[in-house]
Amino acid sequence: MTSLLAAEGVTFGYPGREVLRDVSFALSAGELVALCGPNGVGKSTLLRLLIGLHAPRAGRVALGGASLGSLRRREIARRVALLPQESPPDLPLTARETVALGRLPHLGRSEPERPADVAAVEAALAATDTAALAERPMTELSGGERHRVHLARALAQEAPVLLLDEPVAGLDLVHQLQALELLRATVGGAARAAVVALHDLSLAARYCDRILLLAGGALRADAPPAAVLTPETLAGVFGVRAEVRADEAGRPYVVPLAPLPRGP
Amino acid sequence: MPPVRNDAARASRARASARAVEAAALPAAVAVLVLATTLGPAHISLREAVTALGHRLSGHPDPHAWRETVIWSVRLPRALLGFVVGGGLAVAGAALQGLFRNPLADPGILGVSTGASLGAVLAIYGGLAARAVWALPAGSFAGAAVNALLVFALAARRGRGRVFTGTLLLIGVALSALAVSFTTFVLSVSLDSYDVGRQIVYWLLGGLEGRTWDHLLLGGPAVLVGAAVVLAQARELDALLLGELAAVSVGIDVARVRVRVVLGVSLVVGAAVAVAGPIGFVGLVVPHVLRLVVGARHRVLVPLSFVGGGVFVVAADIFARTLLAPAEIPVGIVTAALGTPVFLALLVRREAAAVTA
Repeated sequence: MTSLLAAEGVTFGYPGREVLRDVSFALSAGELVALCGPNGVGKSTLLRLLIGLHAPRAGRVALGGASLGSLRRREIARRVALLPQESPPDLPLTARETVALGRLPHLGRSEPERPADVAAVEAALAATDTAALAERPMTELSGGERHRVHLARALAQEAPVLLLDEPVAGLDLVHQLQALELLRATVGGAARAAVVALHDLSLAARYCDRILLLAGGALRADAPPAAVLTPETLAGVFGVRAEVRADEAGRPYVVPLAPLPRGP
Repeated sequence: MPPVRNDAARASRARASARAVEAAALPAAVAVLVLATTLGPAHISLREAVTALGHRLSGHPDPHAWRETVIWSVRLPRALLGFVVGGGLAVAGAALQGLFRNPLADPGILGVSTGASLGAVLAIYGGLAARAVWALPAGSFAGAAVNALLVFALAARRGRGRVFTGTLLLIGVALSALAVSFTTFVLSVSLDSYDVGRQIVYWLLGGLEGRTWDHLLLGGPAVLVGAAVVLAQARELDALLLGELAAVSVGIDVARVRVRVVLGVSLVVGAAVAVAGPIGFVGLVVPHVLRLVVGARHRVLVPLSFVGGGVFVVAADIFARTLLAPAEIPVGIVTAALGTPVFLALLVRREAAAVTA
């Protein structure tokens, strides 16, 4: 099976500071993949490279065979959608107008919304439990509600590849679970796949097929959760003493116990 | 569930007032232009004005030639120029507020209008403006262009080829301050000559006094072209409201949009200031007020800002001409005097609504 998205030896850095070194992985249809790693390890940078906002210094990002650098922004946007970690708090639009912006890559310069666009917006609003908020100004919504509306924007884009940077940060428990269930269902149906940057390793283990573990600018692991989440790895990458237990379905979850003293 | 019903009611009320503003825009524009051509120290009724215009357009000599002169050569070009200038400044404000995601952005913020002022003041001080009608607008346009290009070149240099919004804003503010201080300096040394000093002060207040068809032909097309460039970026400006990263995600080439919007705005503001001086407040207040009523989608906001800014300046100019007639108040004073209370009232009411919501 060909991959929807592939990083091939991607290396990136700013002058005097290398951020990512020789990162390679592939994303196949139907996969939900977690991107994990300590703060500042380059998760957001990798997501920006995957959408073509930065060009790799070496290696390339391939989108269904084509190199990302050879595609125009709109073509990329029809195939990859990114939900940034932060969104402006004072967006002067209603929730529906915000979600409708996800349809821009599908619309011609002065083409009005087509029925398919309206349907995609409605579906995204319903899927994220925000249909009741559709006509409210974004400025009047709570942080969690706003976050779900932005998630709806990314879904409405109907791109085969979804990249999400910390999509559950700031959500309460039920909406965290709902957001990941939704992503699971989204990639399960159509020929789609998603990469989700997550800090919560237990959520990653519970919902994701694989975990990409970034550490020190390189990909330390690309494997199913049970293979990645070991006390040794957690100690080495995150610097914590942690227990890895199994829930009733046999999926691993992580109980962090204490920070380890910094090594020499 | 009452909250949902309240939401729906509020949303439909908001939509209704937005539609009312959209429907009222063109009639208001026509009405204010008619008023501007019929009101004035010389009493000419609407019917007489139409007759005079008819004579002018058909080429038959008017038995009341003075009416034709007042209507055709004085009031009509002045009203149309006021409309185009006001519209252009409001469009520029709408675009910059969207681009910078900052409601305080106005045409002064890129240094364009202050650069234009400096150019015009130099043209007056150097005596060129007294010798040729086009010298002042030309100086002003040159000042706008120099400052806009300088802001852009510096921002691009700092971003190693990419132009960042925050950088653009800071460099614009810095160069704007520089232009203002130079302008003040030129003014201070020109005060030796009462005439030149008075001319500069008057020009700096912004006004439409004595503007002719030449001014309209000089500034009008550039304003319209620049406004069209901005309008063509309406959807891109909407997407930029989401933040740059999300805008990239929905397929926007952010750097290109930024360049186009800034060029369009520079053209509009350079031309508007060149022919009417730095008329303040229009670019800040009109788009802000309209956004509160019709929302922030630029496809609606930008055209409405053009009409709203045009109506606002022409109406302000009617006050400027008639309030202390035969003396004239510079229209920039009137726009500020009318704009401030409206702006504050809306702001306070909206804050109150947000608190009680």
